Amino acid sequence: MISLAGRDILHSLGKFVFTGVGLGLLIGVTLTMAGVYRGMVDDARVLLDNSGADLWVVQKHTLGPYAESSSLYDDLYRGILGMPGVASAANISYLTMQVRQGERDVRTMVVGVVPGGPGEPGQPGYLVEGRHITRGHYEAVADVRTGFNLGDRIQIRRNLFTVVGLTRRMVSSGGDPMVFIPLKDAQEAQFLKDNDAVIKQRRRTAANPAFNRPGVPGLLDAVIASQGSNPYVNAILVQIKPGYSPEDVAVPIRRWKQLQVYSRAQMEEILVAKLIATSAKQIGMFLVILAIVSAAIVAFIIYTLTLGKIREIAVLKLIGTKNSTIAGMIMKQSIGLGLIGFVVGKIAATIWAPIFPKYVLLEPVDAVSGFIGIIVICVLASVVAIRVALQVDPAEAIGG
Amino acid sequence: MADVRTKGIYIESLWKRYGQGDTAVDALKGVDMQVAPGEVVGLIGPSGSGKSTMLKCLGAVIEPTAGRMTLGNQVIYHDGWKIHDLRILRRDNIGFVFQAPYLIPFLDVTDNVALLPMLAGRSNSEARERAIELLVALDVAHRAKAMPSQLSGGEQQRVSIARALVNRPPVILADEPTAPLDSERALAVVRILNQMARQYETAVIVVTHDEKIIPTFKRIYHIRDGKTVEEAGEGRSLE
Repeated sequence: MISLAGRDILHSLGKFVFTGVGLGLLIGVTLTMAGVYRGMVDDARVLLDNSGADLWVVQKHTLGPYAESSSLYDDLYRGILGMPGVASAANISYLTMQVRQGERDVRTMVVGVVPGGPGEPGQPGYLVEGRHITRGHYEAVADVRTGFNLGDRIQIRRNLFTVVGLTRRMVSSGGDPMVFIPLKDAQEAQFLKDNDAVIKQRRRTAANPAFNRPGVPGLLDAVIASQGSNPYVNAILVQIKPGYSPEDVAVPIRRWKQLQVYSRAQMEEILVAKLIATSAKQIGMFLVILAIVSAAIVAFIIYTLTLGKIREIAVLKLIGTKNSTIAGMIMKQSIGLGLIGFVVGKIAATIWAPIFPKYVLLEPVDAVSGFIGIIVICVLASVVAIRVALQVDPAEAIGG
Repeated sequence: MADVRTKGIYIESLWKRYGQGDTAVDALKGVDMQVAPGEVVGLIGPSGSGKSTMLKCLGAVIEPTAGRMTLGNQVIYHDGWKIHDLRILRRDNIGFVFQAPYLIPFLDVTDNVALLPMLAGRSNSEARERAIELLVALDVAHRAKAMPSQLSGGEQQRVSIARALVNRPPVILADEPTAPLDSERALAVVRILNQMARQYETAVIVVTHDEKIIPTFKRIYHIRDGKTVEEAGEGRSLE
């Protein structure tokens, strides 16, 4: 039996291909949106993987350090190092900020780490160029997506840092590339004020009778000195010894240090379920809207093509063509349009994903789901046209 | 005349009423007609006389209100459809030739003709063989691979006649088949219909008001106000 759908598609191939390409670009956007969501989840996982931690110790009653702000004294890590099962512990600070380099600035997540080597908590896992931070001040390791090069001088607040190493795929949960600097510099940068603000703050403190008591010499100087330093970090990253489970180590820290401790699984839950939940919902809404728009386009195109063939359909029915053959013809055309659209969409998404500002992770499972979804949409979209075709009276082929 | 009750088409007191009550209109009022196998008859009448309604009843696409219709040795209609699958009835027993050829634009000439036997379950090769045989007989085999849009009006009409004949139906209904053609081509179409009717023992009813071809019929049914009157035609030679 002749494939009526195939012949009709070949007969009006140009129209079909152009429509398929248009639909394909829409499908490409849909696949990209799914890729953006996957990329966000992957960014969150990479953030956790790259921290090299088994446990995150943060301020009590907070979901820090990524989903909420958390503040801990920077000497708490010493006590944690003495807890059973703890192999290593290191302070870490995170600041999302614009980092200047020459005339441009780059949105980054600045990470304050204790200078050290790979494998220690918080350190970039590997470098693609250069070396790790070895000095206590003014050195930086940057992710290649910042666009910085080895030897570049970058400005964080008022201080200049030299890029000594480059790493890859070190990003925040929002996809911003990371810049690692020494912890002390990060702590300073967190609350660094300009000179005018420092002078005003000193004046205010001096005007406060509680801090400037005539009978207590040295109190004012001590208060001012404490205001000029930042003894806080956002979290303590903990690696546990072999043979201990995360919970074995977390329970005593919670109990005796009165701090919040999250395991890797809990932190992933916080990042994926809470931090990017709103973005995920937005993307979900986009996907639903795009699916509806795709269905409407396919339905409209197939409906229009069918209306253009009413007389032929009447003739086909008059000469004894089964309704199922006519319905099959329309449905196959719709599916054909979907197939063209999917191929174009997949190619388009693959081409433009790397140049997307956000990380787009195109998972094969999403492509398979997308393919199934498109076929279902095309089948449903053809229903209106099939309904019209089946209502065509064979008598319409006969004049009068 | 051959026995039209067992072969050909036989119509007796066919009525068709549209609407009900005060708005009811009787398009056919007890039409009688008989066409033997191999015979070509003309059905003529002014606009609104019931020609199209007659053709639709004969083509089993609208249901007559009353009467009896026999095709070959099958009762098609007698106080209701006697054959329930009218689609198969049309596919296997009735060939249609329209005023415009209405060829399927996305199929080439061969497949336009071969589609019917394929729909009837014949293999592609057998269906195409039949199609080519008819295209040769109708002198359009040289355009077998052409698309309908590449054919002239006369060629398209010959292809549509081939399509009507390909399943060897006992009846062909031709609705104004020569309307868009000039005198020479119109007579050629009637000649072909006569040849094919004789060759395949097919009863052919040609609905027309084309003065060029009316003199070629040996028998003519005039339809006026829903009733038919049979009269002898001139039967002018087509050679």
